[in-house]
Amino acid sequence: MATFRIKRFNPEKQPEPYFEEFQLDIPHGATLLDCMNEIKWKLDGSLSYRMSCRSAICGSCAVKANGHALLACQRQGEHLLQDDDTITLEPLGNMKPVKDLVVDFTPFWDKVNKIKPYLEPKEEPPEKERQQSPEQFRLIDDSSTCIMCGACYSDCNTLEVDDNFLGPAALAKAQRFVSDSRDSKTMQRVQDLSEPGGIWDCTHCAECVERCPKPARPFDRIKEIMTVALEKGVHNNNGARHALSFTNSVKRSGLLNENRIAPESVGIFNIPGLLGLIPIGLRMLLKGKIPPIFHKSIEEVDDVKRIFKELNQ
Amino acid sequence: MKFALFTGCVAKGATRELMLSTTKAAEGLGFEFVEMKAASCCGAGVVSEKSPLLADALNARSFSIAEKQNLDIVTICSTCQGTLKKTEAYLNESKEYKEKVNDILEEGGHQYNGKTKIKHFANILATEEGMARLKARIKKPLTGLKVAAFYGCYVLRPSERSDYENPDNPTEMEDIFAALGATPVYYPSRVKCCGFPIVMMNKDASLGMSGNALQDAIDNGADVIATGCPLCHLSLDSYQPEIELLQKKNQSIPILHLPQLVALALGYTPTQLGMDTHIVSTLKINQILSGSSASAH
Repeated sequence: MATFRIKRFNPEKQPEPYFEEFQLDIPHGATLLDCMNEIKWKLDGSLSYRMSCRSAICGSCAVKANGHALLACQRQGEHLLQDDDTITLEPLGNMKPVKDLVVDFTPFWDKVNKIKPYLEPKEEPPEKERQQSPEQFRLIDDSSTCIMCGACYSDCNTLEVDDNFLGPAALAKAQRFVSDSRDSKTMQRVQDLSEPGGIWDCTHCAECVERCPKPARPFDRIKEIMTVALEKGVHNNNGARHALSFTNSVKRSGLLNENRIAPESVGIFNIPGLLGLIPIGLRMLLKGKIPPIFHKSIEEVDDVKRIFKELNQ
Repeated sequence: MKFALFTGCVAKGATRELMLSTTKAAEGLGFEFVEMKAASCCGAGVVSEKSPLLADALNARSFSIAEKQNLDIVTICSTCQGTLKKTEAYLNESKEYKEKVNDILEEGGHQYNGKTKIKHFANILATEEGMARLKARIKKPLTGLKVAAFYGCYVLRPSERSDYENPDNPTEMEDIFAALGATPVYYPSRVKCCGFPIVMMNKDASLGMSGNALQDAIDNGADVIATGCPLCHLSLDSYQPEIELLQKKNQSIPILHLPQLVALALGYTPTQLGMDTHIVSTLKINQILSGSSASAH
């Protein structure tokens, strides 16, 4: 017998959420969603959650199981059982719960809309379709698989501390248009996406990749936008300056020069930005933690320089 | 056991105490670590923002250096570990890509053949052999010290490239703490991001992340946090005085590098391990450990 610890919430009856336990024999092969349905149909009809297709296509049934977001219809209940024979279910994170496992997706959709998730082509619509070569299609194939389930948004580490971040799903969707050969607004898009709240606020934790139930892998898509932004010369922001300073440092010595990366990232003419580095700089200096002033190169650095040259970097 | 040591840049720069303590820990454990002096920076997932091929070619060159020495690579930084594993996966997933990278390396006399394993220091210890060696060489068990792990997210996700058995709920670092005689503290933030990658872009969010993690560890009763990543160390230690969440409550918690914690149990002194160079004082650790040894007598 398994115990389902489900976070219940009904603001009309009780202001604070609470956990309720349900006992269920998990039928062999049953998905987590099957289990939730069993509980709703046989034990408590008031349990609320979203569901539809049961086939990992519609993206409705994402919930947190044992602390991490997943599609309830895509995982087997037995596989989620913890050592103490429990499964803990909670609503998705980073969004406000409405009732039980249902959350308010409004900020999620607002952000998807903000990245202009539609093609802005160069010319008038042709009589037939706009064709894509297999190579062109491959660039946007992965992000096209996103089913907007919100699992990535739920577990995003940056969103936990900053509501302004567009989040992994919207940014993955943005890559689908940034890299689309038929779109005419690539430059405008990467400029907008380089603003605060955009690509450079991603903290690289790959939580979104881990939670994504499809091959969309948002962090990988965010990195692709970064590369396009740097190629297009959108350099007037800390994220781009950081990437360029980092790469140039490796080009010069084979190693990161930590003394240069901070001032070069904030911008060497950015006086308030530079002043902001003083407290950490002083603390490090007083403890002898400032990296060596004379930055040494690795052995055989010429080979590293050769690789940079060969790749036109 | 002999390994090629991929030091990473930060262990040679802002956290030189990591290099110092790694040398001591290796000495105490009887590991031979051969420093890879010709290896370049792993790129930290930043060089690949500029050019993924460049980042992979540079890392493949580093792998080739270890291959020539017939050694597996040991890393002491979660960021290096995760970044190198990513390159390794890309090279092994596509023969075509591997050939392309090898073509770039050829002129420098390097080739990637995929013979070298890449392991984080923690994962070398968390093997049967590593644990047996560790337990046999402990001189000063860390009795009474409550230690919270901070894994460093690059070593955990994506899980298919992680060496941890259950990257969503790993226990290897805690197993090491227990072997050292310390009491492991489990808390939800131990597998989260420290925020360091965006400290230059969005400092408030970055310090929000590190602040939440530190608070979580304190709330769960930890005396100290030990991390396998020098970037997490910078975030949790060097920026700690600026974290408003903690300052409001006048709280602080010392942060150790994993090799420092290990070497303490192997009998090295805090000064030998550079613990006096930390921003947040580590004296509390000495007090707890001397208190427990005093009461034991």
